[in-house]
Amino acid sequence: MEGFDWGYLFEIVLTGLAGGGLYALAALAFVLVYKGTRVVNLAIGEMLMAGGFLFFTFAAMWSLPIWVAIPAAVLASGVLGGIIERTMIRPLLGQPPISAFMVTIGLGSVLVGLVEIIWSADQRRLPEFMPTQAVTIGDAFLAPKVFWGAVVAAVFIAAALLVFRYWRGGVALRATASDQAAAYVVGINVPRVFSLSWVASAMLAAVSGIIVGSIGGISSSMGAFGLSVLVVVIVGGLDSVLGALVAGLLVGLVEGLAGAYLGGEYKLLATFIVLVTILMLRPYGLFGTHEIERL
Amino acid sequence: MRIGTLKESYVADAALFDSRTQHAWLLLLALALALFPFVANDYWLYLACLVAINVASAAGLNILTGYTGLVSLGQAAFMGLGAYTVAILQIRAGTPLLPNLLAGGVVAMIGGVIVGVPSLRVKGLYLAIVTIAATFIAHFLFANFEFTGGTTGLSLPPGRIFGVDLDTSLRLYWLIVPVTVLMLLGAANLFRTRIGRAFIAIRDRDISAEVLGIPLLRYKLLSFGLSSFYAGLAGGLWAYFFRVVTPESFPLSMSIFFLAAIIVGGMGSTLGSILGAVFMTMVPELLKLLVDLLGGGHDLTVFLSPVRLVIFGGLIIGFLIFEPLGLAEIWRRTRRFFHLWPFRN
Repeated sequence: MEGFDWGYLFEIVLTGLAGGGLYALAALAFVLVYKGTRVVNLAIGEMLMAGGFLFFTFAAMWSLPIWVAIPAAVLASGVLGGIIERTMIRPLLGQPPISAFMVTIGLGSVLVGLVEIIWSADQRRLPEFMPTQAVTIGDAFLAPKVFWGAVVAAVFIAAALLVFRYWRGGVALRATASDQAAAYVVGINVPRVFSLSWVASAMLAAVSGIIVGSIGGISSSMGAFGLSVLVVVIVGGLDSVLGALVAGLLVGLVEGLAGAYLGGEYKLLATFIVLVTILMLRPYGLFGTHEIERL
Repeated sequence: MRIGTLKESYVADAALFDSRTQHAWLLLLALALALFPFVANDYWLYLACLVAINVASAAGLNILTGYTGLVSLGQAAFMGLGAYTVAILQIRAGTPLLPNLLAGGVVAMIGGVIVGVPSLRVKGLYLAIVTIAATFIAHFLFANFEFTGGTTGLSLPPGRIFGVDLDTSLRLYWLIVPVTVLMLLGAANLFRTRIGRAFIAIRDRDISAEVLGIPLLRYKLLSFGLSSFYAGLAGGLWAYFFRVVTPESFPLSMSIFFLAAIIVGGMGSTLGSILGAVFMTMVPELLKLLVDLLGGGHDLTVFLSPVRLVIFGGLIIGFLIFEPLGLAEIWRRTRRFFHLWPFRN
């Protein structure tokens, strides 16, 4: 390939990977709920959106300082997650998994509607809080928001992984995920673990919502981001944290490449083709547990 | 078990409509449907056509999701396939209406079978995501191909049947409602046959069904095919009804609408498809009426679409938590209450 612009490719790859970091963070929020409660949360994109709008309310409408507004938005999202779990998910315990899945579809619709009623359907910009100086790695130029967004995402992913490895509640969550009955037997309060996983997931979703919103602005159609997140978790395997991280980077990369070389309208198409291909080859995703069914 | 319905032969036991009361009500319903166009104004005829199209499509989705247990969020895409086929045939080839509709159904059916292929290997929620993928791929194809008219879409002339131009809701009513009734009868009868029973067995436990000698792949594909055939026909009717087909006409939210309709109506019940689709189509209209009653200023109409979203979502959540069997179950309870009324209730 003569005259191929390797520098440009490098830049695209970096931007794609940085975008993938955001997917990984949101996917982590999804996997958390799935591992803990076996609920497929189709409203993950809408929960991101809720986080973004809460931050917008605190920072722009009530003009709180940024470093108060961010934790406040994250906490408020956590409360929202807890309320969702208590009012919508817990009554469906023991029902077929399809029921909870469809409840989250309804939840997504309700959240979009509420956001449009309270904040209107217009696109809004979040207050600037990230450094605006351009970042260069080698010869490649990266948009500062994308770079710092990826850094923040990476920090939060690392923090979440550490918390779930060493904190007592995190261990309880992993125990519940691997065997619910056994978790009950050793004295873990399983219903509380369910609440915990929704609260933690909503908080992670809020963090990624704030980052995504500060890069591209927030609007009531932000839930579309959730579609890419769904692709990420399916490609990685619904119950695999490692899968969420790897697939997040992969999907970010594919979107970046497709957007740069084929055009913006090919982005979603490319990711969905990746999705279908992977599902045909590995039905449980790259790292998902292969469930063995008995009669 | 209901009491007071004694059956003396297998034919009577297997009948679709088994009691004389039911026959009387059906006759009344048929009469009402036939007389409706003569008393209703244009607005109500328009609504009736819209409801009928949605009922047809919801019945299709119910075959797949309600009876076979395969959740699909691709119903709108299959309707789109049907609508585009009809529009292209009508404009480019000028073939008559009924073959066009049939072709729309068949093309959608082929699309459905292709989307259904992964259903052998992937199940449940993974499959639902595959159907979302299908929606986006279909949207991409509609928007980027030359002969589908790109993003502006296609507009087609009124359909012609028996020398009559179908250009008003009144005339369309006589096409759409009979076709829908036929489709509903077909769906109801399907579950008295081996195929329908096999679908139900697959829904209840697919591995057990396979052990019982039901070839899973063939029946799952059949279910996908039938369901998207219904969607394709409904899409074709949709194309003749609105006469403009664009890629934006069949968004993911439309698939969610149909899923909501069968949840609210009752999954695994033909009556449920009817009740759910009627209910869900009428909710926005009732909202509009309510806004008009409240003095309908501009600031109220702005809230109409988000309130609709909230109500749709709320209905899905509420029905799943409080009445998982849907409106059909409420109907059954009511009917049972009046079954031997006033002697016992």
